[in-house]
Amino acid sequence: MAETHSLQDMRQQAAVAAKVFIQRDYTNGTVCQFQTKFPSEMETRIDKQQFEETVRTLNNLYAEAEKLGSQSYIEGCLACLTAYTVFLCMETHYEKVLKKIAKYIQEQNDKIYAPRGLLLTDPIERGLRVIEVTIFEDRSLTR
Amino acid sequence: MSQIHHVSLDQHQHQHQQQHQQAGQYNQICTRSSSGSCAEGPEPSCPAHRTRTPRRKWQVFPGRNRFYCGGRIMMARQTGVFYLTLVLILLTSGLFFTFDCPFLASNLTPAIPAVGGVLFVFVMGMLFRASFTDPGVLPRATPDEAADLERQIDSAGCSRPPPRTREVLINGQTVKLKYCFTCKIFRPPRASHCSLCDNCVERFDHHCPWVGNCVGRRNYRFFYLFILSLSFLTIFIFAFVITHVILRSNRTGFLSALKDSPASVLEVVVCFFSVWSIVGLSGFHTYLISSNQTTNEDIKGSWSTKRGKDNFNPYSYGNILTNCCAALCGPLPPSLIDRRGLIQSDTPQTVSQSNGTGGGSYASTQLHSHMCDQDQCIQSTKFVLQAAATPLLHADPVVLAPLPGKTVTMGGPCAYLAPSQPSLPSCGGDVLALRDAAADSHCHHHLHHHHHHHHHHFVSPEETPCGTPQGVLPCPAHLHLHPHLPVPSPAALYDPASQDALHEDSVRGLVKLSSV
Repeated sequence: MAETHSLQDMRQQAAVAAKVFIQRDYTNGTVCQFQTKFPSEMETRIDKQQFEETVRTLNNLYAEAEKLGSQSYIEGCLACLTAYTVFLCMETHYEKVLKKIAKYIQEQNDKIYAPRGLLLTDPIERGLRVIEVTIFEDRSLTR
Repeated sequence: MSQIHHVSLDQHQHQHQQQHQQAGQYNQICTRSSSGSCAEGPEPSCPAHRTRTPRRKWQVFPGRNRFYCGGRIMMARQTGVFYLTLVLILLTSGLFFTFDCPFLASNLTPAIPAVGGVLFVFVMGMLFRASFTDPGVLPRATPDEAADLERQIDSAGCSRPPPRTREVLINGQTVKLKYCFTCKIFRPPRASHCSLCDNCVERFDHHCPWVGNCVGRRNYRFFYLFILSLSFLTIFIFAFVITHVILRSNRTGFLSALKDSPASVLEVVVCFFSVWSIVGLSGFHTYLISSNQTTNEDIKGSWSTKRGKDNFNPYSYGNILTNCCAALCGPLPPSLIDRRGLIQSDTPQTVSQSNGTGGGSYASTQLHSHMCDQDQCIQSTKFVLQAAATPLLHADPVVLAPLPGKTVTMGGPCAYLAPSQPSLPSCGGDVLALRDAAADSHCHHHLHHHHHHHHHHFVSPEETPCGTPQGVLPCPAHLHLHPHLPVPSPAALYDPASQDALHEDSVRGLVKLSSV
């Protein structure tokens, strides 16, 4: 709770110093993956390993969402047979994973990024184009 | 299609909105989630805005789409041909079930109308699904993103125009990513910008007027199933109408058979012509699916070996079965444009909700900049007014100087707002007026009269251009055209020699503005 509080305070008090955008990585096709290259603006704030770990986990989660496996085929066939009415009752696999991702990002923000004056925005809010990292001014934030 | 994680948040926020609107002045938004007590003070919204019912994002969607049922249904602007498709299918099927089926059911088997009925329902279901679903529209870049990209692009190039393409190596094949000027993004591979809908669409196949929508990643399978089932239905009706006529003419002779069931003639004609086109189309799309190509790529010959010996399709999975399964039974991604989300008025950084459903806060800096784009638009309008108000040279000339090389398209994104009301001004409207710097022979008395007219009219310039009755914000689109333009900036048009002409034109522009 204390972390969430500092997140709130930070947003209300701190000014945005910069925004960094982590772009998509298309080397594996159209699957949703983000570049793991560490942006130079964040060098003073956070450990490179830590950040790359976050992005790698996110990439794995998105890969899981779009995976072509038996589960997705069964879901697809079931949906087709019920004329897609089954999605009125249950969520698609993709949506379930998106919720997991949102929770993960929230948790990362609370534990790791907010204490360092950073904020990750969920890529779904940016149309899965970028991971937006907001860097707040380093005023009196404790490290 | 189901935006489940927004529902509870919508309701909660709506309740809050209503409560606070009754209280009075400020638009108090609870940034925390479903915890009951919200002990925030009044959040000052942009002074220009008064409290109003929260709007949903589909109402301010920048593309040329139509939304129905509160944003749940999304179609292209021109839907005439879609209604034709509906009429043709309903008419032919209706005639079949009314006139041919009773005979066939009694003389052959009742399974015929049953199977026909199932096919018909399936066809209609797939048609509606293909027409009403978001095809996979990519939301446009936020101003921050666009600025960041511009910076990257400009820093790469030197004096000559910087490259607007990026090369990516995908599975060993070099693919070029193009920059979309309208959406301000580098298009993902296989995405394309539909000029009819003015959107970038993922895995863009084609824009189908028969379906009244683009066919893209999210509705391609529905489109394919629609044309496949429609070809079965057409062949089915064709075959059984012919059977019907033959059976009748065995009893009563050919001509009297035709007289007994005149509808059959119409059905046969419609089905005959449909069979060729629809079955052909189904065959074509079956080929595309099995080779994992889009219509767009096939027409351009992107992966054909004619381009180069080493040219191959990097997206194909190698075998036909996997390609088919991936296209038809693969995971269905949710819509990236949050149509039913509420636009929250400017909170600088929205909290991703503490109950873990981060998706509720689609409202964020994007919306903040939406509102402040509006604010900037208001500012620029004020400057225009100031410029027009002074009879002589103004130190800070008119703001709305067009970007070089983009004059023709200036009216475009703004003009989308008012297709039926050409006189409705948007922020681009007066720019167009300024551009027509033809010297006017109106006398100055006339102008002076306009001046006074304007002073009285523009009591609250905030109300005018940005609050169009259609409820669409022109300004973000407008400002998308001027990403670099600080407010104000010296106008390129500002030539002392044509001072009066410019002045007259700016006033004419303001006359247009005031006619809201």
